[in-house]
Amino acid sequence: MSDVDLRDEAPTGWFPVATEHDVIARVVFRGQLDGRELAVWRADDGFVNVWENRCLHRGVRLSIGCNDGNELVCRYHAWRYANRSAGCTYIPAHPADAPSRTITAQSYAAVERYGLIWTTTNGDEGSVPDIGTLSGPRLLLRSLPVNASPQTVREHLGSHRFLPAALLETGTAASADDAEVVADHGESWVTITADAAGESSTAVFFVQPVDPHRSMIRGVLADAPADEIPVLRHHAYELGRLVRKIEEAVEEPAERTPPRGFETPVILPANPWGHQRATLSMVVDRKAAVAADIALFELVPEDGSTPPTAQPGAHIDLHLRPGLVRQYSITNGPGETDRYRIAVKRDPHSRGGSAFLYEAIEEGDTIEVSPPHNGFPLRRNIPRTTLIAGGIGITPLIAMAQALDASGMTFDVHYFVAAPQQIAFRRRLATYTCEFHVGLTPAQTTDTLLDILGTPTPTRQVYACGPPPMLDALKAKARALNWPADAVHVEYFENTNEIATDSSFVIDLARSALTLEVPSGSTMLDVLRANDVPIVSSCELGACGSCAATVLGGDPLHQDVYLNDAERQGGQVVLTCVSRASGERLVLDL
Amino acid sequence: MPIATRETTDPVLDGWHPIAASGELSMGEQRRTRLLGEALDIEIDLLGNASVARATAPAEPLPTHDRYGYLWTCLGEPSIPLFEIPEVDEPGRRVLHAGTIGVHVSAPRAVENFLDMAHFPYVHTDILGVEPFTEVAEYDVHIDSINELWATDCVFWQPIAATTSTEGQMTDYEYRVPHPYCVILYKTSPIDDRKDVIALFCQPVDEERIEAHMFLCLLDASNSTAMIRDFQLTIFGQDKPILENQYPKRLPLDPRAETPIRADKVAISYRRWLSDQGVTYAVIPA
Repeated sequence: MSDVDLRDEAPTGWFPVATEHDVIARVVFRGQLDGRELAVWRADDGFVNVWENRCLHRGVRLSIGCNDGNELVCRYHAWRYANRSAGCTYIPAHPADAPSRTITAQSYAAVERYGLIWTTTNGDEGSVPDIGTLSGPRLLLRSLPVNASPQTVREHLGSHRFLPAALLETGTAASADDAEVVADHGESWVTITADAAGESSTAVFFVQPVDPHRSMIRGVLADAPADEIPVLRHHAYELGRLVRKIEEAVEEPAERTPPRGFETPVILPANPWGHQRATLSMVVDRKAAVAADIALFELVPEDGSTPPTAQPGAHIDLHLRPGLVRQYSITNGPGETDRYRIAVKRDPHSRGGSAFLYEAIEEGDTIEVSPPHNGFPLRRNIPRTTLIAGGIGITPLIAMAQALDASGMTFDVHYFVAAPQQIAFRRRLATYTCEFHVGLTPAQTTDTLLDILGTPTPTRQVYACGPPPMLDALKAKARALNWPADAVHVEYFENTNEIATDSSFVIDLARSALTLEVPSGSTMLDVLRANDVPIVSSCELGACGSCAATVLGGDPLHQDVYLNDAERQGGQVVLTCVSRASGERLVLDL
Repeated sequence: MPIATRETTDPVLDGWHPIAASGELSMGEQRRTRLLGEALDIEIDLLGNASVARATAPAEPLPTHDRYGYLWTCLGEPSIPLFEIPEVDEPGRRVLHAGTIGVHVSAPRAVENFLDMAHFPYVHTDILGVEPFTEVAEYDVHIDSINELWATDCVFWQPIAATTSTEGQMTDYEYRVPHPYCVILYKTSPIDDRKDVIALFCQPVDEERIEAHMFLCLLDASNSTAMIRDFQLTIFGQDKPILENQYPKRLPLDPRAETPIRADKVAISYRRWLSDQGVTYAVIPA
């Protein structure tokens, strides 16, 4: 038989790469399709991921990593990749940084059918073969590897024989050679019906192209025998005989080649600025009241895709109508990657966004959403974390609590609310160390914050989100207690500072070799936009940190609430949306 | 001697490479090894002198050098002097060969792993690192006047930094790369103001295989040689399966390859340093 080089005609379509028994909980299975190695793993929510089997960092096989039920963790440096989206959620070497969205592993579509995991590496075209015979009861047979090309295997499968299941269950002296068989060749499978002693069985044998010289036979019997053991044993034996016959017929065993693609290093695509600005149409899949004046919204992509990866602390921008963009923290736990969950409080003082969302947006409505941005990344290198929420400020912290809990880290939650009916996420919080502080006066709140903070230690950090007066009080108390600025992280919903825009100054853009004038009444961001300098922004209120630029020269006049004291004094970063120059000139690394 | 008339020095072919631990060679022994894809015969005469020759003709003797406890040779023009480790002559130090381990990976991949701190909590759990102390703080990298690459001011929290440790410590590291395939670590000693010296000398068997020779020059007078060796072999045994699951096996020198992060500063510099010297063996040139 001539050895066909299938590399010229790479198999297209969907093929099985694993059985349901290979992808049991918390396991990473190493599969291979057409020479390409795959890491196949099932998350605790049941979703099966099929990814290229290499970490984007140093090219280590992901299949030697750890499946923690929500994320796949690389064995080498513990980079974490999310269920479904395959986006990197955490790089432990840099706990304070949110990984770039471009750090996303190559994933392939996966479908579970006939007890097998199917995928395609040639785009999503086509579908899993629809085999009517297997629509009823079925029994997954033992898969067997063969050192022969898929084409050779399919040809030999035409002469494969076995006995009907009914005979095997009752015990028989007949041999497989006594069976009358009819083989029906499909594209990448062979359906065989065997008749003997008045009984009949049909089995479908799918051929997985492992590489041009190796295949896997994955058989499924269209029957569900009461006693599976003799049936499984018979098929394993007969298929083993077939494999031996095929391998004897193949002239020369092919030498092992490294997996396809492994000879070149992993390289990320360049980061397209436009990509970050694009919005995604998302549908409100569910809207539910979760506390007094608080509604939970679940948003799913309109096109059925997986939404971009979010990390704990991240928010999304909802474009509610022209000129009305509002940010909401994602409350999802790790691995909950098929939707974004946000909680919205109806605020009588709201600038219109929350009231609009709460009252006018219903299930089935579509909203344009900007991909997640994380200005509040969660460090996971401090042994103990205290999460302090004021009212709806619980939203980023509930995401953090779930991530810390999944990592087995120590944390406690303090939740300040005006009234008990305003407590959201009550059921989840009940499983954590959580203290509710209900109906306190501002003075009582300050005293309580003082108690919670206590004496700073290097093994403890604080994350807080809530109304500005509470966060201001927290920061003042933390300073008074000598907490280092980088151990107390706060996120404001909004910037309540008075923002001056009356100065005028010049900005030099070092990388673009541009000098631009920022007149009174305009912001740096306005001027940068007007001159087509690529820059990302989100809240444009000095609260989210999206539009930060590196300062190379000059002193910034900070008017934001995002930067911490250390960053403010360092003078090396400025938020272009609200801050200005204290002198006549700022040099920016843009 | 195979003297090629080349205009420029080849940083690999004209360099010295370790081919055996001297202490493991006995008088009268004949041994075959491989270097840069070529088979070599080592022969020790009855006076203990080593001679090395290509296993294939011409069997002319190759230059040898016995240094730091290893037998070194050169397949080209030995015009690049072997780097110095002055600490070996200091009083109060123990110079040891911890062991030789074959690894199915290129020499530069092994060097880069040796230069990496971020994997300590995950690969050398409870010894060289432990969660949650995973952060790699900013450190300095420079190339000195004799073109050796240094990473200095590296610090990392280690539960058991050395055989002499009794508790966890913030360990100071300095890394030095004096040779494309050799790397030296200077590490805080738990018991002395001076630093322990730990080196990895890779013998590039071919482009994708090494014999890793582990050299120690320690300030540990109390522990047995067996215990010190066990410690180092344990550490290296933890690295081996990671290295052997890394693809491609040769080190890519394209600066865009393999998602570098700030913690990889020394690895980024090492890849550029190899590129700048024109190293093409066991790497994927940019």
